[in-house]
Amino acid sequence: MFETFEHDVLVIGAGGAGLRAAIEAHAMGAHVGLLCKSLLGKAHTVMAEGGIAAALANNVAQDNWQAHFRDTMRGGKLLGNWRMAQIHAMEASARVMELEQWGAMFDRTSDGRINQRNFGGHRYPRLAHVGDRTGLEMIRSLQDHSAEQDFKVYMEFTAYRLLKDGDRISGVIGYWRETGRFALFRAKAVVLATGGIGKCWQVTSNSWEYTGDGHAMAYVAGAELIDMEFVQFHPTGMVWPPSIRGTLVTEAVRGEGGVLLNGKGERFMFRYIPAMFRGEFAENEDEAKRWLIGDKLARRPPELLTRDVISRAIVKEIKEGRGTAHGGVSLDIATQRTAEKIRSKLPSMYHQFKELGDLDITKQPMEVGPTTHYVMGGVRVDPETAQSTISGLFAAGECAGGMHGANRLGGNSLSDLLVFGRRAGASAAEYAKALNAFPNVDEQVARNLCREMLAPFDRTEGENPFAVTEALQTVMQDWVGIVRTEEELVRARKKISSLKERALHVRAGGNRQYNPGWHQALDLMNLLVGSEMVILAAIERKESRGAHTRIDFPKSESKWAKVNVTIYEKAGQMHVKQQPLPEIPEDLRKLVEGEPS
Amino acid sequence: MRSRAVLRVYRGDRQLGTLKSYEVETCEGMVVLDAIHQIQAKQDNELACRWNCKAGKCGSCSAEINGQPRLMCMTRMDRYQGDIIVEPLKTFPIIKDLVNDVSWNYEVNRKIKAFHPKPQQGGTLRMQQYDVDRVQEFRKCIECFLCQDVCHVLRDHNRKDVFAGPRFLVRLAGLEMHPHDVEDRLEAAKNILGTEYCNITKCCTDVCPESIRITDNAIIPLKERLVSRYYDPVAWVWRKITGKRKPV
Repeated sequence: MFETFEHDVLVIGAGGAGLRAAIEAHAMGAHVGLLCKSLLGKAHTVMAEGGIAAALANNVAQDNWQAHFRDTMRGGKLLGNWRMAQIHAMEASARVMELEQWGAMFDRTSDGRINQRNFGGHRYPRLAHVGDRTGLEMIRSLQDHSAEQDFKVYMEFTAYRLLKDGDRISGVIGYWRETGRFALFRAKAVVLATGGIGKCWQVTSNSWEYTGDGHAMAYVAGAELIDMEFVQFHPTGMVWPPSIRGTLVTEAVRGEGGVLLNGKGERFMFRYIPAMFRGEFAENEDEAKRWLIGDKLARRPPELLTRDVISRAIVKEIKEGRGTAHGGVSLDIATQRTAEKIRSKLPSMYHQFKELGDLDITKQPMEVGPTTHYVMGGVRVDPETAQSTISGLFAAGECAGGMHGANRLGGNSLSDLLVFGRRAGASAAEYAKALNAFPNVDEQVARNLCREMLAPFDRTEGENPFAVTEALQTVMQDWVGIVRTEEELVRARKKISSLKERALHVRAGGNRQYNPGWHQALDLMNLLVGSEMVILAAIERKESRGAHTRIDFPKSESKWAKVNVTIYEKAGQMHVKQQPLPEIPEDLRKLVEGEPS
Repeated sequence: MRSRAVLRVYRGDRQLGTLKSYEVETCEGMVVLDAIHQIQAKQDNELACRWNCKAGKCGSCSAEINGQPRLMCMTRMDRYQGDIIVEPLKTFPIIKDLVNDVSWNYEVNRKIKAFHPKPQQGGTLRMQQYDVDRVQEFRKCIECFLCQDVCHVLRDHNRKDVFAGPRFLVRLAGLEMHPHDVEDRLEAAKNILGTEYCNITKCCTDVCPESIRITDNAIIPLKERLVSRYYDPVAWVWRKITGKRKPV
């Protein structure tokens, strides 16, 4: 029923985190396999635009890991795992330099070092970048470096479920897109690097791959997930024309000086500076203008506040009738920078708007609004080893939780991928080395899972999987968006129960070869798990914090600053519990809460 | 703008296939990939295509649209008046419908020695932006393989056995022009990657969605380096005397 492969370490996902994990595990002598859901080099990482955050201190000498750590924790509204944030801030620079050693060509400063740009929530210019296509540079550098390592890359293979031997991970079962045949990968250790759940929503910057496969696989296997209520809606997605709604407009537009204006032409962000950040941002247009031309005494413009703050502000402006023609706000770089500078620093944005929106961003403002972008929540991992609550199961990148708390800073994702991808790969290799033999795989369980995957073909009547997916995306868009209420969340939860029922009756026609209807039917199962996790966690957290905004509980509460909402499976049911946050050491707490150095 | 359009899409595999007509609803700004998705979701769940970013950044949704190699996600429907014909790439075997087997490209890529820098002076590489600009043009490549598709050495003569194709000469040029790279790839450029097979018709440059000047900026400079290495008697004498392999 399936062919079998064996690897010491099996990495699922070939974006930044997966590739980095595979490279590290291979370097440590493990026999490594890497599963790609798409072709190699097409993973979601290529869509990252703005840059990779690391305190290289090339542009501003005062920057250091402590400052990066402070920004990350405050950006995450103090809910991040302090140790992950610390490791990340301390190791990001080394990972960037390593990438350069593997061929990455970052933009340069005038003295020939890596140039760093400003970004939301970062106190100093901190993002190493390549115009606005940093993710492509990163994935290509990792891909080209790994082409010289002899680990095995399996392309267009979708992992379906994890297999266990008692409490230990023992392998993965899934299917080849091309043939629809099944394969069992036996492994001593598995690294999840599967990205996010953005396809649960209608308006999203995420691709077809982002169906929460890793989140669902880990959950079904019995792992704990945390922070699932925190979903980042990027403030600037395209809103017009309709076919392109949700496509990302990089934060680098604001990093390079772009301003946000409402339908009346007011630069509204000055009205939305939260108390936590007051004193760190320019208070009027005059000061912001001085900052743009390099006045060291002027503070940063409020367009560089964190994404949660800006998305909420945009929603409020639109709701109160100050939106633009197509229900967005204006993002204007044309009046702030020369056409030449815009084209050199934001080439793909220029191209994207020109081709798809009939708009020249060097002359006209862009129309933008929030779009689903990133999930902060994910598999609960040990900060040092990236191991989940299941022995032998590791997770890194977007599918892991904890690092970003309640809101992720732009640029911290690419660095997260490298820092924790490397750690996950190393720990998985060590773990595998310590095992003498491959854990057992119960072939009967594997066969049953194959039958489960084939079920959509067995139904002679049934719904279209795309239609059920669309219904799910509508529910999530309408009721589980940027601003939430208990009533809507409960309604969404009920709706999910009925959608789960419908999903059990979707039908796939034709044969197993490269059959999108069938793939959608299987992805839908994972989308439902991901959606339910978000809803349950969002109902549980009765406060507003970071990306989670409850109209019925509009304030942040100190008791909620001390707990993670945790999701786990028990007897086939999804459960939620509160778990205390690890206590931050006194010196680091002072660093986070004190004045910036 | 018209409210409906007819797409004629290749359905089949490498042995057998036909163009099947689908009528789709159109809206402002719609691209061909939107139409394909609409067909998939509403009319034909089994129609296979590849896509990822839908923003011209990943190079997955390559196809031939009315005979032109293009990215479906960056091709507006309103470019066309009549029926729109969408077919898979001709240069690579068809797996199903619009999905090609492009694995050959990944094999070729492994034949190119990766970047290896000089031993370091103090950690960070120092480079000037104008040096970087030159290489960054090549690194914009999204591996859509449209240049490979249109290259007549590969498409018409099927010389995949001797010629790597424009995509990989672009990668090669990027490595050769990296200010810190120490590898010598010219022998491979000649004997393994077949640079000399290109006769600079510039078809690849015409179809590149990233506007990389493939022929002028990547292939011709490589050819010039090959000429000085292998066919220039003065340079040959210079090398014999100085022992230096790379041109000054």
